[in-house]
Amino acid sequence: MSFINYSSREINCKIVYYGPGLCGKTTNLQYIYNKTNPETKGKLISLSTETDRTLFFDFLPLSLGEIRGFKTRFHLYTVPGQVFYDASRKLILKGVDGVVFVADSQVERMEANIESMDNLRVNLAEQGYDLNKVPFVIQYNKRDLPNAVSEEELRNVLNPRGVPDFPGVAPTGVGVFDTLKAVAKLVLTELKKGGQ
Amino acid sequence: MATQLVMYEEEFHRINAVCDRLTKDANAKVVFLVDKNGQLISAAGQTHNIDTTSLASLTAGNVAAMGGLAKLIGENEFPNQFHEGAKDSLYMTLVGGRVVLVVIFDNRTSLGLVRLRIKKASDELEKIFIALAARSSAPGAGSPFAEISDADIDNLFSE
Repeated sequence: MSFINYSSREINCKIVYYGPGLCGKTTNLQYIYNKTNPETKGKLISLSTETDRTLFFDFLPLSLGEIRGFKTRFHLYTVPGQVFYDASRKLILKGVDGVVFVADSQVERMEANIESMDNLRVNLAEQGYDLNKVPFVIQYNKRDLPNAVSEEELRNVLNPRGVPDFPGVAPTGVGVFDTLKAVAKLVLTELKKGGQ
Repeated sequence: MATQLVMYEEEFHRINAVCDRLTKDANAKVVFLVDKNGQLISAAGQTHNIDTTSLASLTAGNVAAMGGLAKLIGENEFPNQFHEGAKDSLYMTLVGGRVVLVVIFDNRTSLGLVRLRIKKASDELEKIFIALAARSSAPGAGSPFAEISDADIDNLFSE
């Protein structure tokens, strides 16, 4: 749910990174944080456990520039990927404008990917959203690992609808900004539609 | 799907005025108004040393988590929360089920006074948000983004 402020001429949108545990959601945000100018970003907040697993969420505010005199700001969130944090994941999806699904390309994580995608669909529906209608992109992460499944196979299983998808290696930044730009674009296009 | 929050000049000034007055009346350090989804709406008082964007997002996370806890024990919400620190304390109140009023204060005032002033301010804010909701759902109140072109969106990512 975007927030449009006519007085300060700002528009704020919320993007959520979703996916199974250890797929690289937080790594995506950390890469974005490290590679953006200090004046365009806020603090990266990570609510994580002592072993650096996301406990509640990571949060990164980002300014993208102006459109027709309106400053566009994106608030990036990750969810905790571990199955038993489902209650927290639901909360973070509240008011979402766009979703990035980060899939783990490793063959042994295929089932976890599918489970997480199903979980996303169910949790979005609980908040009144339809995954087929929300701005949505997929990143096939960990393309550099030897046990990675082919992109084609991942696409067949996870992306039957053919939403924008990107190969990624989050620690080195491969695909990270492509993914972010794609979802931001979809969110803005959706806003444009909403105003007609 | 939840409707988007749209803020207009007139309501924005009225909201800021309520927050400013609450800061003075309660003798508080800072007053924030945050959307339940984590967007900062207004800030008054000594905000210069505070990362307001992070504060807004964490407030929303906290309110959402406490709301989830409330439902688990059969309550609808916990409309008021008080967190006491060694120097500064924090009071959060849900306004109209939609926004959260956050007051940060120290020992120059008292919890009793803060609660009293919050009650009055949140009644006023609730009225403003009802008016705002009516205005943004009125016919013709389209998004400013209806006018933008695909080229505008592309330009944002051109650099």
